[in-house]
Parts: sequence; C-alpha cells; structure tokens
Amino acid sequence: MTQTIVRISDDALARAVGADALAAAFEKQGCDVQRTSSWGMHWLEPLVEIDGKGFGPATLADVDAILSGTSDRAIGAIEDHPFIARQQRLTFARAGKTRPLSLEDYEGTGGWSGLKRARQIGSDAIIEEVTRSGLRGRGGAGFPAGIKWRTVANAVGDRKYIVCNADEGDSGTFADRMMMEGDPYALIEGMAIAGEAVGALKGFVYIRSEYPDAIRKMERAAQLCAHIIAPFEVEIRVGAGAYVCGEETSLLNSLEGVRGEVRAKPPLPAIRGLFGRPTVVNNVLTLSAVPHILGEGGANDYEALGMGRSKGTMPIQLAGNIKHGGLYEAAFGVTLGELVNDIGGGTHSGRPVKAVQVGGPLGAYLPPEQFDIVFDYEAYTAADALIGHGGITVFDDTADMGSMARFAMEFCAAESCGKCTPCRIGSVRGIELIDRILAGKETGGGRQPDRIELSPVMQNAPKRGRTAEEEIELLTDLCETMKFGSLCALGGFTPYPVLSALKHWPQDFTGEAVAERELGTVPGGKGA
Amino acid sequence: MSKELRIGEIVAGHFHREGPLLPILHEVQEEFGCVDAESEALIAKALNWSRADVHGVVSFYHDFLANPDPRPEVQICRAEACKARGIESMMDEAQQAAGDRVKLSAVYCLGLCSAGPAARMGETLHARLDTGSLASLIENA
Repeated sequence: MTQTIVRISDDALARAVGADALAAAFEKQGCDVQRTSSWGMHWLEPLVEIDGKGFGPATLADVDAILSGTSDRAIGAIEDHPFIARQQRLTFARAGKTRPLSLEDYEGTGGWSGLKRARQIGSDAIIEEVTRSGLRGRGGAGFPAGIKWRTVANAVGDRKYIVCNADEGDSGTFADRMMMEGDPYALIEGMAIAGEAVGALKGFVYIRSEYPDAIRKMERAAQLCAHIIAPFEVEIRVGAGAYVCGEETSLLNSLEGVRGEVRAKPPLPAIRGLFGRPTVVNNVLTLSAVPHILGEGGANDYEALGMGRSKGTMPIQLAGNIKHGGLYEAAFGVTLGELVNDIGGGTHSGRPVKAVQVGGPLGAYLPPEQFDIVFDYEAYTAADALIGHGGITVFDDTADMGSMARFAMEFCAAESCGKCTPCRIGSVRGIELIDRILAGKETGGGRQPDRIELSPVMQNAPKRGRTAEEEIELLTDLCETMKFGSLCALGGFTPYPVLSALKHWPQDFTGEAVAERELGTVPGGKGA
Repeated sequence: MSKELRIGEIVAGHFHREGPLLPILHEVQEEFGCVDAESEALIAKALNWSRADVHGVVSFYHDFLANPDPRPEVQICRAEACKARGIESMMDEAQQAAGDRVKLSAVYCLGLCSAGPAARMGETLHARLDTGSLASLIENA
C-alpha cells in the first residue's frame, strides 16, 4: 500500500494553532507528512491537504475521520476555494504548494530562473525591466523600485549593499512573515537580482525578534542556497524589539550596531546608506516580487495589472476581528468593502463592522461609509489614509475609538526613537490631551486652569481654562505639528489614526452631547 | 569560566562581522539573561568603545534587560488586531493567573493578526486564545 501524502503547513500561525501535534498524529497513522507553506486561509488553519483536497480547521480528534474520508471538516479542492480562486498570486505563487526549505521544490516551480536571466541581461536591462513593471516599494512609501535601484547603480562607492527590511512591526500585517517562512528562496533570489542590478555583493535581511520561525528559516535558507547566489552573500540580522527600526534609516543605524535613531534625509540611503555606502533598502514583498518580474515577459505581465500608478499585485492581509482572515493577493483596484465583506466575510464576532484600520498602527480608521474606496496608493492618499504595508484590521461595534486613538499616541510615545521633538514630546502631550478629553466624556469636558497658569507671572497663559471644543482644537493642532514636523513616518503618521477616529466617531471622545454641539451630526453613531 | 572570559569569547565570535554590536548583545542576553552594567563595561572594553556608547544601545532596545528576571515570561500581543479580538478584556484574568510568579509582558504584534489574540512563550506561539486558554497557558508557564 502506498503511503498517504498529507500536507500540513509549518507556518508560524499554523503551528500556533496546533499544526505540529496534528502532523505528528498523521505520522503516527503511517502517513507521509509534508510540511509546506501556508495557503493563507488562516481561519482554516491548521489545514490538512490530501490529494489537493482540504480539511480545516483540523484538530487531533479529526485525524481518523479525515483519513477515512468521513470528516465534516472537508472544504473540497483547495485551489477551487473561492478565497484562493479569486486571487491573483504572483508574489505568493508558491504559497501552500511547496516545502519552504526544499531547493528541489523551489527549482521545480521556476525558482532561480529570474536570477539566471538577470545575470544574462545585465544591470541596465534589469533596472529597465523593474522600472517598466511599475513595481513600487511595498513597505508603505510606495517609491518606485526601479528609480531607487538606478540611483544606487549610478552612485559611486567601493562597496554597495542590499538591505531587506523585514522589520514588519505593523499590527495587522504578516505577509513578510509568511513570505520568509513560506518561500524564503524567492526573497533571497530577489535580493541577489537587486545585487546584480546595482553591483552589490552583500545583502542583509533585518528581521524583527518577534518572528522566531522566520529567523530560523531564513538563516537555514541562506546557508542552503549560498552556492547558488554566490558571489552574492546574504546575512540575517535580528532586531531587538524596536518598532521604529522598520523606518529605513533607523534600520540602517541598527544594522551598524548603534541606537536605532532615524537619520535626516538627505543624504538618501541610496547615496549614503549602510556604513555610508550606496544601499538599496527594500521591503520583503518588494524584493520577493522581483523574481517574477525578471522572468520571461514578467515585467509586462506585472505592468498590465493594477490601476493608475499602482501596478501589479498587492499581498493584502485581512486581520483583526474578521471571519475569513488571511493573505489575499490581488491586483490593485479592489474596494475596501469587497475585501472586508465579500472576501473577509464580515466580522469574526458576527457584529456589525464599526471601523477598519488600513496600513497598520499609523494608518487611518475608515468607517463603512468609505467602503467604496479602491486599493490604490493615490486613492488612499486622497482620502487622508494610507495603504502602508497592506494590512487591514477590522473592528466590530464594541470598539471604542477614543481609546484606540489614545493607544496610537501611547504606541508612538513608547516607540519614538527620541530624535525629533514633535514625535517624542508630541505623542506624550497627545496621550495627556486625549486622557483629559476622555475623562470629560460624562461631565461635558473642558479643563480648569492650573495653579501655574493662574500665577501672575504667566502673563500669556489663558486664565479661564479650556472648553471641550478648545481641547479638541488643541489636539487637532498638535496632530498637525506632528504630521508636518516629524522626521519620519512614526511621528508623521500617528495623527492619521487619531484624526480619523476623531473625525468619524467624535461621540467616542466627547460623548454624544458635545459631539453633536460641535459637529452638528454624529456620523457612524449608535447602531451605525 | 569567568564572565569576563565568556564575554570576551562572545565578542571575538562576532568581531569580524560588519556592525557586530547587536549580535553580541543578543548572545550576551541569551547567555546571562540580561545585559547588565558589568557586561556593558566588558563589551565596551572589548570593542574599544565607550561604556556610554554601549549603554546607549542597550537601553534603546526593548529586548535587552538591565537585570535578569528569573520568572517565566509570557508575551501577550496588545496591538490593534488583537485588541479588535478582545485581548484587553482578558487581561484582568491573565494578571490574576500570573500573580507574581509569571512575568506578563506586552508585545506589539507577533504577526498572527488574523487569528488573535496571540501570545508567545519562548519560541512557542499561541493563537486564537480565549480567557480560559490564556489563563491556563499562564498557569502552566
């Protein structure tokens, strides 16, 4: 009798919900268990795959039923599942299909062909193709990758570096983690192609310490494929729990072994980056998209997808209080409503959606009234929001947006590198201000003048305190200062969640009465 | 082996790397459970840096502790996605389960955002926690 081949993911999320024990149970039953990457249907993890058919979420109690074909966990053919069938997977083409560290699987699915072709066509042609594909930085800023590479290629330096930003600190995002754990060679291939393009022989992957599985797999993958990418070399570095190190210049400082403080730009890292040398800093998803683009005709295929100036596909991450959470890679242009309601299936709790935060902790909160917004860098910018790293966090109607706004400031204060004043001090003042506003929810708000303000020497201090409206105005003003005065996106974008929460859910800050008095309406109010 | 010798070894092991300090600090923290003032001084001496430079780096990053904490640690994600799944309402019972015996620390995102609330103990991750499973995780820490 031939052994049944059972495929179970060894992605960190699958393991966190019991995939290891499940794999062991199938092995005990005499099955040949293959640990693959995750399909990205996280609500079905641990997902068991036998002959292309899926069973999930599977528990130890389901093992016998799955093997005998009587399990009620069956979801049919995985490839035909609507969540998978609707996607256009380019960057995540191998998700669920290959064993992450198997060089055989990687080569068998077209691996290294982008690098081979890159080596044949040479630097200029590589950069030309990446530029033509329209690939933009997937880390959040959306800067065209080809232009960055061109700058580094033209810069003069005795050595150049490729740095992969894998410090995926944004809550609601996990695509970098899945990429590194599920298809590590694709990222390494992308880095080697970038090295080929700009003339760099050394690459660093800076992974956050919160991702133990990704660190382990990337270290192993870098060893196993060293002979293939040589003379290019990849070294894995581990962060130390500083969110701000996801900012590129702060990351470079951290790699150099100093405090992860943000550097002023210019000079751009492309000119003076790591150890003062020309450096490409790209996100995991940007670099992982490159092998496909460098494949035969890949650049044109990529460019044909998407809309406006947002070309190709974006691995979108559906997270938070969502029924069908996971990884959804699609061409730009999909609406937020489709993502949350059709694909995501609404909230996990079954309650109405109150808010959706797009783009991580620094992204704006959008109400269901804005669900027709399309996934596109420019459309989000126009709506005072951002795509960021493509994370979508859903909240149901029990969420208190006042406390979420406070958390945004609190997070900024805890994670600020301290270099610039608007971020370092502004965030602390922001917490205090929001605390006062929230404390005044029942009493009508406002603030009495304190002893210092009342003293005669404080000639310019107002002697009558502030009304609730004035406190809100002060918060808006503070956000303005942070937005335009901060050195990097941490202080600069923290106002997005705060101001969007304030704009759409004022009643969560000041109570119904003041919100109504101030704005005349209470959009997204009770029951909305 | 004395601490001085061991730290000397660790520094020597990473000395050839470009920007060796973070890998050194990780290994010292792993070995001694913290990077205390004594270690800082030893590392500074070995690298020919000032103690202030090393201290500045150690104190910048959340992962490095100034004092060892012998208690088992459970890191609980308190970021937006886990908040959306109700982690905050579970924290009272988690604190109770932890008491003084277990160290509970907040972590901002373990990358399991579609299956929160999530927690980490050492190298092991846990997702889809509820009040009961979180409490038992802590009790068994």
